[in-house]
Amino acid sequence: MPKDGGIGASTKRREDVRFLTGNGHYTDDINLRGQAYVHFLRSDVAHGRLRSVDTSAAEAMPGVLRVFTGADFAELGGLPCGWQVTDRFGEVMQEPKHPVLAHGKARHVGDPIAAVVAETREQARDAAEAIVLDIEELPAVVDMKAALRDGATKVHDDLTSNLCYDWGFVEENKGAVDEAFRKAAHVTTLELINNRLVANPMEPRVAVGDYNRSTGDHTLYTTSQNPHVIRLLMGAFVLGIPEHKLRVVAPDVGGGFGSKIYHYAEEAFCTFAAKALNRPVKWTSSRSEAFMSDAHGRDHVTKIELALDAENNFTAIRTETYANMGAYLSTFAPSIPTWLHGTLMAGNYKTPHIYVNVKAVFTNTVPVDAYRGAGRPEATFQLERVIDKAARELGADPIALRRQNFITEFPYATPVAVEYDTGDYHATMDKLEEIADLKGFAARRKASEAKGKLRGLGVNCYIEACGIAPSNLVGQLGARAGLYESATVRVNATGGITVMTGSHSHGQGHETSFAQVISEMIGIDADQVEIVHGDTANSPMGMGTYGSRSLAVGGSAMVRATEKIINKARKIAAHLMEAAEGDIELKDGRFSVAGTDKSVAWGDVTLAAYVPHNYPLADLEPGLEETAFYDPSNFTYPAGAYACEVEVDPETGRVTIERFSAADDFGNVVNPMIVSGQVHGGIGQGIGQALLEGCAYDEQGQLLTGSYMDYAMPRADDLPFFAVDHSCQTPCTHNPLGVKGCGEAGAIGSPPAVVNAVVDALQSAGKDITHIDMPLTPSRVWAAMQG
Amino acid sequence: MPEVSMTVNGKPAKGQIEGRTLLVDFLRDTLNLTGTHVGCDTSQCGACVVHVDGRAVKACTMFAAEAEGAEIKTIEGMAEPDGTLHPIQAAFREHHGLQCGFCTPGMVMSAAALLAENPTPTEAEVRDYLEGNICRCTGYHNIVKAILAASGQDVSRIAAE
Repeated sequence: MPKDGGIGASTKRREDVRFLTGNGHYTDDINLRGQAYVHFLRSDVAHGRLRSVDTSAAEAMPGVLRVFTGADFAELGGLPCGWQVTDRFGEVMQEPKHPVLAHGKARHVGDPIAAVVAETREQARDAAEAIVLDIEELPAVVDMKAALRDGATKVHDDLTSNLCYDWGFVEENKGAVDEAFRKAAHVTTLELINNRLVANPMEPRVAVGDYNRSTGDHTLYTTSQNPHVIRLLMGAFVLGIPEHKLRVVAPDVGGGFGSKIYHYAEEAFCTFAAKALNRPVKWTSSRSEAFMSDAHGRDHVTKIELALDAENNFTAIRTETYANMGAYLSTFAPSIPTWLHGTLMAGNYKTPHIYVNVKAVFTNTVPVDAYRGAGRPEATFQLERVIDKAARELGADPIALRRQNFITEFPYATPVAVEYDTGDYHATMDKLEEIADLKGFAARRKASEAKGKLRGLGVNCYIEACGIAPSNLVGQLGARAGLYESATVRVNATGGITVMTGSHSHGQGHETSFAQVISEMIGIDADQVEIVHGDTANSPMGMGTYGSRSLAVGGSAMVRATEKIINKARKIAAHLMEAAEGDIELKDGRFSVAGTDKSVAWGDVTLAAYVPHNYPLADLEPGLEETAFYDPSNFTYPAGAYACEVEVDPETGRVTIERFSAADDFGNVVNPMIVSGQVHGGIGQGIGQALLEGCAYDEQGQLLTGSYMDYAMPRADDLPFFAVDHSCQTPCTHNPLGVKGCGEAGAIGSPPAVVNAVVDALQSAGKDITHIDMPLTPSRVWAAMQG
Repeated sequence: MPEVSMTVNGKPAKGQIEGRTLLVDFLRDTLNLTGTHVGCDTSQCGACVVHVDGRAVKACTMFAAEAEGAEIKTIEGMAEPDGTLHPIQAAFREHHGLQCGFCTPGMVMSAAALLAENPTPTEAEVRDYLEGNICRCTGYHNIVKAILAASGQDVSRIAAE
């Protein structure tokens, strides 16, 4: 039976009432007294030299307070990159400056060139049209392979080329991998594209800068997944504001999916301009601006080879990937195609030899960074596609081929540097076969064929590394930050608890699930626990929410702080009951003395902590508030198996998703309802990538998909109900909750299932089609079917 | 500047506006009803759906002046004055039909318009009706389930929570 509260209960979300009644408090709902508005003039060419930016007419327009250009920011820092990758020759990556406003050159459509601050939004927008821009258009660098040819136009004149880095992993293993390929009984090769995507949280980005002239304090309200990170990056590297004079607030945030991790130019601008003008300055992105200024995701071009022996055992994997960085390095961009992609190339399989090569390339496009899954979808897609192709070439059953090669003993050290602590891949595949009713597929295919449709089944596995990340390890890999998380647990005198966490919720329901954990630990009602997040003024330094890390890392910090609380409360209870501390037990919110009927309630102990009249003051400080920082010792490794059934209309090439099933192992689960919701959303985005979404540039670097008119977002009628299951649970062995993280799995595991299914459908009609690049639009599928 | 007056959530509302002011900006900026959201600039996403004289309308697609004299209902007007949630709001909560909450006001308003037109829609009819409301969080699974449940239909056989 479901529990009513605590760990494992599908507790209804406390966030919901405010969101359902229109009482959410998003950044665009914030309006400060005296607020002015900024409008950014953005480059409409992909690559151009700025000969002059004449702002005089604009400055004379009604309501205009000031017009800023790149020259105003030339002496300040650029937007920093948080990860330095070292290439396969031991050289550090090329790292260009990313100015707040373009200076000298504009490098992508959407690059901000000037900023007009005016009394109203409309006045700022009107005046921006009066700026006279003299821009010498330069050839645009769009195609990655062309960008690396000798003599190619350079995105950054001060770099030696458009190559950011050429990374080999593990470089020392390359010889052994090549040798394994020479000895292989069979080699399957696949070239594919992992399509560029736009994250598109429904809330566009917003920034409101404020400055208090009397105290010298800055405040930035922003749509961020990690306000502390923004405070550190913007304060220390761009504007030179120490943390104690800078507060960053991220209130209710309407989705992120990675795109709100990064420090953006508009945040720095609004903070800077608020002081320069002594007025609060607000920017609200339009959706069109979001398409050309939010960091994009994916955009890899890959060749993967899989070597097998005569018994169909995987013996080696070799890959070569071109990864698009865009025009500048976004905050975590260099780490995505390397440490979040190369390290996952073993997948769920015991392949002994693996070599991954990644060339990261600058182009005149919007910067690319983490988007839901970040590197792991790219790894999963190529691996699970090439295995499917190998199965077809060998006449093997795709599920049996996977099962034969599963890792079955844990811990398992992969040849790509990570160690899986736990898992059971046969169990999730067994569960998938059950919930997807794979036995019934043949009959469903017949029924589809009777309607004139082709039906296909695609199955794949995935593993990912999340709970990001052990600081000492990522430091060795080039991270310029620690990746711990923090929590302060403040017990109030009357027993209620306020938890200040560095994790940030932008849809994940932390206010509910984090409270369930505390409720379970202390035995008090979850309603007595308040979860506070999103404000650097009230929570300890924390690294925020991304990489499915909130519960595994932030939740663990909260557990550690709560353990300290319980230890201290036990001492107070022992004093109140004149008993030995070792005899004190905590159950259902009461402390009792073992073997007696003596007990005190939680509230008696908390009151004593703050009204310490009868209290061991000589040994113990009053008060009941503890902070913990938790740094994980390893990544967590959620894994699972997914199945997709599609129908293809042979007349039009239109693909419909008929069934989609997901069996995941997330370790322990705190709130199954929320976990299922996370998987649903991830699958929706994964199917979006597979069938609908693709960010397109033309040869001149013009963004062709700049609005919802052109970029196909999944709608309700594109998706079916999903069958999801997370009853297979191998708890994480190294965090106190045994949790692994569930936020990205759906987006990681689903694209290959869809493409495998479409290829299966087309092959069922005798078509010799082994791959179609995503998105599998009707025109692409139809064209492939014409041969 | 011209003055516009209308009834919003049962109460008279008026304000001075520029002619180009959109209904959504009048609601958000003049009336401070910030539950209605703006998620795009091409009338695609549906975060701004309100009811104008009982019809679902994207408030970013209509000038405030066009609503002169109209009866407007926004998300803030859906629950009872004592806070009791409207059955559609309650179903969204019960079935986890929202995550970040940004598309939610528009979803609820569209769902209410659907059920007013078609009290017991099929799954396909719900999905078709929501074509103009984009959600990026839920994969629509629990939104569709919640709307079917709000219509009084049995959703216990729909997989998962």
